[in-house]
Amino acid sequence: MSDYLNIFTRVQVRGPYEPGLPLPRGDWTRTSPGSWFEYWMGKIGDAQIGPIYLGGLGVASAVCFMIAFEIIGLNMWASVNWDPVQFIRQLPWLALEPPAPGYGLHIPPLANGGWWLMAGFFLTASILLWWARIYRRAVQLGLGTHTAWAFAAPIWLYLVLGFFRPLLVGSWSEAVPFGIFPHLDWTASFSIRYGNLFYNPFHMLSIVFLYGSAVLFAMHGATILAVSRYGGEREIEQSIDRGTAAERAGLLWRWTMGFNASFESFHRWGLWFAVLCPITGGIGILLTGTVVDNWYLWGIKHGIVAWYPQSWGQMVDPATLVGAPK
Amino acid sequence: MTIASRTEDSTMAMLNFEKKYRVRGGTLLGGDLFDFWVGPFYVGFFGVTTLFFAIMGTLLIIYSASQGPTWNPWTLNIAPPDLKYGLGFAPLNEGGFWQLITICAIGAFGSWALRQAEISRKLGLGLHVPVAFSMAIFAYVCLVVVRPVLMGAWGHGFPYGILPHLDWVSNTGYQYLHFHYNPAHMIAVTFFFTNCLALALHSALVLSALNPGKGLTVKAPEHENTYFRDIVGYSIGTLGIHRVGMFLAMSAAFWSGVCIVISGPFWTRGWPEWWTWWLNLPIWR
Repeated sequence: MSDYLNIFTRVQVRGPYEPGLPLPRGDWTRTSPGSWFEYWMGKIGDAQIGPIYLGGLGVASAVCFMIAFEIIGLNMWASVNWDPVQFIRQLPWLALEPPAPGYGLHIPPLANGGWWLMAGFFLTASILLWWARIYRRAVQLGLGTHTAWAFAAPIWLYLVLGFFRPLLVGSWSEAVPFGIFPHLDWTASFSIRYGNLFYNPFHMLSIVFLYGSAVLFAMHGATILAVSRYGGEREIEQSIDRGTAAERAGLLWRWTMGFNASFESFHRWGLWFAVLCPITGGIGILLTGTVVDNWYLWGIKHGIVAWYPQSWGQMVDPATLVGAPK
Repeated sequence: MTIASRTEDSTMAMLNFEKKYRVRGGTLLGGDLFDFWVGPFYVGFFGVTTLFFAIMGTLLIIYSASQGPTWNPWTLNIAPPDLKYGLGFAPLNEGGFWQLITICAIGAFGSWALRQAEISRKLGLGLHVPVAFSMAIFAYVCLVVVRPVLMGAWGHGFPYGILPHLDWVSNTGYQYLHFHYNPAHMIAVTFFFTNCLALALHSALVLSALNPGKGLTVKAPEHENTYFRDIVGYSIGTLGIHRVGMFLAMSAAFWSGVCIVISGPFWTRGWPEWWTWWLNLPIWR
């Protein structure tokens, strides 16, 4: 039985290198690395590497990304006085920070957040060009544009964090810094500043969809592998001409929980759960500091904050003391 | 009700192809005794135990709530015992309910996994689904059993309640100053985000091949492969993406369990401090 669990590909059948379907006139030709196969990639999936379609949008996107990457990296390196050892040592802590609050939405000097603004511009350009690229590639192959619209969801969250919300509150300083630990610090201080994001209902929804996506992909990946002995990985074929793999996969869930998706409808569940994570998350961020200043107090107002027994004695709210800033 | 309409009722619960799959066998326990269906649901020995634990747990939650100050579903709080009870039993209203509900939850989740195993066996399938689900059970058991036992008190478990469990996550995180610096938490979050991305890409790709738009024919995996090679230079293929998806989702749950078990039993200070080993490596110290 363990022979058929299909965790790895045991016998790799290698056909000729697939150049890809023909492209319409006017498109570039594909860039191929030659007949490149990777044995270890073949253990879990397809062994073939490449070809790739570069295209004008792809090249422009890559150039913009490299510019943003260089601006961020060189600024970080400059912040340790161009010491290569300290650059590697301190890399997780290094940052390219947005301008100070005093600059509002004005363009600051390069060293005071100007580089941050420029890096953000090129990164955004790169991302939007990439969106156009994956939209265009789908159209040129005669596919639906679902992948591009799915990608629009995380772009929404990204733009809320770095563009829409700073515009609404009138300051670039509210945006996220570039850097590994610094962006984690930003997240923590943002949550505390606005009264703990756990009380933000859209943050709750976003987490639900994030965890829900893990549940759905675990269920789906496991189901398809479990029916792969009946050819269940051929999802399109099974969607249109249902075979025993789709029947067994459906019954597995019907008998387990009284309900099952079809081979096509599962992917609608998956797509919506995945895109609703950044969509609801973006709404939650956009409301923070603009519509709601303190999510904890918002929670108290709406009666969702839990009651706990007094175990620390009577506490005085420092904001109510004489001389406290109003 | 006539016999004819009753027969109709029992087939109502069946899909038109379902009858030939409803065969005996595949059970792990109980032989043929519980080998039957109720409506669309398969029962089996573990269906009975699932039902028992689920009903017991639900009734205990309701009973416990009735002893508390509120029925508000957002603020309802069934808390674990005070730390002073250590790993012993607590009185019902002082965490005993939480202990019994935890037992019922683990019983129900375990029964559910074993029921999935029986159904998989009956359908002649691999056991991937119960194996994947067991990783979620692992994460839950890490939170309410492994870590509390390692720290010496059931009071270290999380409370059952919608906002109370969020408060617990928040408070527990700040006990370690800044939980984002926990390396296992970083790995878990990375797997959660990557899983979400991969699910979106896979789902969108399948839908885009099945729904190419007005006047266009449905596409085959050749198109899916070409599309992914065109945009990123690699297509893992129809089988591989499901291996990756199962791996990402299970890894997210696994590292979630790890990140909370190491917090307290194996690291008691702030997580940002943990990273000093990197700054103090002999190569640049």
